[in-house]
Amino acid sequence: MTALNVDTPAVPKRQPPRLMLAEPIMTMRGISKSFGDVKALGGVDVTVYPGEVLGIVGESGSGKSTLLRMMNLEDTPDTGSYNLVLPGHQDRNLFDLDRFERRMLRAHHIGIVYQNPHLGLLMNHTSSGNVAERLLIAGNRNFAELRERARQSLAASEFPTERMDATPCELSGGMQQRVQLAKAIALEPAVLLLDEPTTGLDVSVQALVLDTLKRLQRDRAITMVLVSHDLGVIRTMADRVMVMRRGLVVEQGLADQIFQDPQHAYTQQLVHAEL
Amino acid sequence: MNIQVSTPKTSALVLRVDGLSKQFEMHHLKRTLFAFENIQFELGEGEFILLKGENGAGKSTLLRTLYRSYLPRAGHVFYHTREGIIDLASAADVDIAMLRRREIGFVTQFLNARPRVAAEEVVAEPLRQAGTPHAQALVEARRWLDAFGVKKQLWAAYPSTFSGGEQQKVNLARALILPQRLLLLDEPTASLDRDARRALVDRLTELKAAGVAMIGVFHHPEDVADLIDREIHLKAIRVEDGER
Ligand SMILES: Nc1ncnc2c1ncn2[C@@H]1O[C@H](COP(=O)(O)OP(=O)(O)OP(=O)(O)O)[C@@H](O)[C@H]1O
Ligand SMILES: Nc1ncnc2c1ncn2[C@@H]1O[C@H](COP(=O)(O)OP(=O)(O)OP(=O)(O)O)[C@@H](O)[C@H]1O
Ligand SMILES: [Mg+2]
Ligand SMILES: [Mg+2]
Repeated sequence: MTALNVDTPAVPKRQPPRLMLAEPIMTMRGISKSFGDVKALGGVDVTVYPGEVLGIVGESGSGKSTLLRMMNLEDTPDTGSYNLVLPGHQDRNLFDLDRFERRMLRAHHIGIVYQNPHLGLLMNHTSSGNVAERLLIAGNRNFAELRERARQSLAASEFPTERMDATPCELSGGMQQRVQLAKAIALEPAVLLLDEPTTGLDVSVQALVLDTLKRLQRDRAITMVLVSHDLGVIRTMADRVMVMRRGLVVEQGLADQIFQDPQHAYTQQLVHAEL
Repeated sequence: MNIQVSTPKTSALVLRVDGLSKQFEMHHLKRTLFAFENIQFELGEGEFILLKGENGAGKSTLLRTLYRSYLPRAGHVFYHTREGIIDLASAADVDIAMLRRREIGFVTQFLNARPRVAAEEVVAEPLRQAGTPHAQALVEARRWLDAFGVKKQLWAAYPSTFSGGEQQKVNLARALILPQRLLLLDEPTASLDRDARRALVDRLTELKAAGVAMIGVFHHPEDVADLIDREIHLKAIRVEDGER
């Protein structure tokens, strides 16, 4: 059935070339992980390209945070490989690194913001101290310089720097998230991992944090992996979206395609539930 | 409005659409909705195709499928770039994203702006992403806001508070600030006042002269009468399939 008239000769079939040849910055293959009887991840592949925001959505317990912890090398899967393309790094499975090597890699190349600030911050240290500690791990020892760099990083996260000597306990949730962000970006990581970074924040603070992230992405070309239950957040932030269910990826695609033309029954349900 | 106008040497092919079909599987309804089938056409540099058809004929669906907001069911969308040919129907998401940033634009009547970003920043963003310094991008952005008739007092305000027409003007300025190679237009003039429609048609005329290929649906086709090279008529497919 043809709905249209324009006459064109048949196109000779040919294999269309990949045009841009963008190389991934992060590649995970076959990641699986069980906790006792619970299969948290059932063989997940992830590819992330430089400078993009990969959004991850999916129901509670689908394995999103577990996957992010793997990316942050906090945990090791039962099977699977992980590679990051970083200057001066050879091609090796990062899960083979020992504790110290992992710590170094994390300190220099990966930043993370947890949903729960208690996981990301030392509550009895000052905010500037939290950020400086990160710089210290990377080998910086000069106190005045540490403090100044912490201040810069807090400012870049739109934290009111006159309050940098307050402990996180004295700060609002939104400010705590910005301290986490300042800490995460202090060493200009190649990859920034964000696990529900705006959950629990009121709308105006959420907009500020998202704006900060957008700016960081644009000005510093930081690659981001963003987990959120808030599809609105994913919609405004993500270039591509991965949909997870029961430890598996059920669908992935360009963000607008996932929202406008979801293919999988689960994604359709997820997207329509929000409308 | 000025832009470097270079006359295209030959009308090189930009798009060759072949056997393109789209259907929607609505899992919760256990239903398949056919939008269009076996569409073919070609579009060259500097060419303008007007899409016509009744409501629900599939005009928006076709444009979105070309842009890959919708996934085609079958067929090819061969897009010719200077570096080679790529099938937009099957290209990797990352390549599509890159092409959208660089050379394929989609213009609708709806603005999709992040909250708390000033109108001029919204418009400047594509330029900034293309590497233009902030100050210079803002100057350009203001020029385009002015051209589309957005009041000066609104330039630094948040578009989320604007009227529908004002938002649409911001959207057009943003969508057209960078000269693309291929522009998909879905009723960009709907609900615009006459001056803004004129500004839009002027810009499209410049872009066409510069070799930009365009295909679109227009609420007032008479506005673009001078630009049209060819027309495509879509008819709704009245088949709904319960079987799968
Ligand atoms: N350390 C652990 N010990 C035991 N079970 C765990 C552990 N970490 C995760 N799990 C289990 O693995 C599954 C996936 O958990 P995960 O935290 O990754 O889900 P999630 O997708 O982040 O969910 P949510 O959206 O609720 O944050 C859950 O069933 C969880 O109970
Ligand atoms: N995302 C979608 N999911 C399911 N069905 C869709 C979707 N988008 C479009 N359709 C259906 O496809 C058909 C064609 O719709 P489309 O919006 O393309 O028509 P149109 O020609 O642009 O109409 P109008 O003149 O009203 O804008 C309609 O039956 C519509 O309901
Ligand atoms: Mg979680
Ligand atoms: Mg339409």
